[in-house]
Amino acid sequence: MKRVLLALFVMFAATAHAGTVEVYKFETPAQEARYKAMIAELRCLVCQNQNLADSNAELAQDLRQQTYEMIKRGATDQEIADFMVTRYGDFVLYRPPFKATTAFLWAGPFIILIAGLVVLLNMVRRRGRQVVAPLSDEAHTRARNLLEDPPEQNNQ
Amino acid sequence: MNRFLIPLGIFIALVVFLAIGLTRDPKIVPSPLVDKPVPAFTLPQLHVPEKNFGPADMQGKVWLLNVWASWCVSCRAEHEVVTALVNDHGAEIVGLNYKDHRADAMEWLKHFGDPYALSVSDLDGRVGIDWGVYGVPETFVIDQAGIIRYKHIGPMTAESITEKVLPLLNELKAADA
Repeated sequence: MKRVLLALFVMFAATAHAGTVEVYKFETPAQEARYKAMIAELRCLVCQNQNLADSNAELAQDLRQQTYEMIKRGATDQEIADFMVTRYGDFVLYRPPFKATTAFLWAGPFIILIAGLVVLLNMVRRRGRQVVAPLSDEAHTRARNLLEDPPEQNNQ
Repeated sequence: MNRFLIPLGIFIALVVFLAIGLTRDPKIVPSPLVDKPVPAFTLPQLHVPEKNFGPADMQGKVWLLNVWASWCVSCRAEHEVVTALVNDHGAEIVGLNYKDHRADAMEWLKHFGDPYALSVSDLDGRVGIDWGVYGVPETFVIDQAGIIRYKHIGPMTAESITEKVLPLLNELKAADA
């Protein structure tokens, strides 16, 4: 039992250590909030599906440091974003600006949605216009028989 | 017939897009620095730390900046290609020793050979950030006017230099004559 506990303890200690990030001290809570928002919005280029806040890559650490220093110096969010974009391109932003190269990225889902709605509307309309021929008396009787008769008598 | 043609067309378009996507390496992010002036820096030289180097010192020359580090395994693979670029093709290459320890870097060059005109030490990686470095090794080709003309991300290979780097170097040098 003691051994299991010890093993668990070591495991948790290890994960706690892996999760450690730099501790930055800010003058105001607003600065800290901006820092947290910024590093959540910037992509780490080494592990591309992580933001700077989540990534443990060395580059991410350096860019967090950079972001921290810029906030301390009084840079605006836009200035920090521009700093990153001039060096790494729009790809560092999780929300890239709308321009020719990103137009399809932004508009694509809406184009597909509208196309889908158009197709759906057409189908519904076409179906509404279809005239269903009324059933003959013979067909009515047959249908009634099929519905009412017990199945075993229906095997003619 | 028409009702099958439209979905078929959409399907083919999708396949074409996905096929193009497969041929691309998502790790290679095009650099916004290409066709822009080199970001300036002043860094101590690796072998002579009292002496500084900056891109302005190379003004008027066609040169390459190769980002390397002793801890970088693929730099070892690339080293042969870098050496060949210098020895066989007369390229002038400056090494940016990125986030390395000076002693380790010098040891590495002693062991594998030093093809660089000189190397500079970017110990904290600040210049690396200015140059948009995110995966070592990276190589920049810079023209006489100090404009970055090409960036290679990852290790250069014999094919990549014959296909891209050498033709570009020849073209740039021809503009000089």
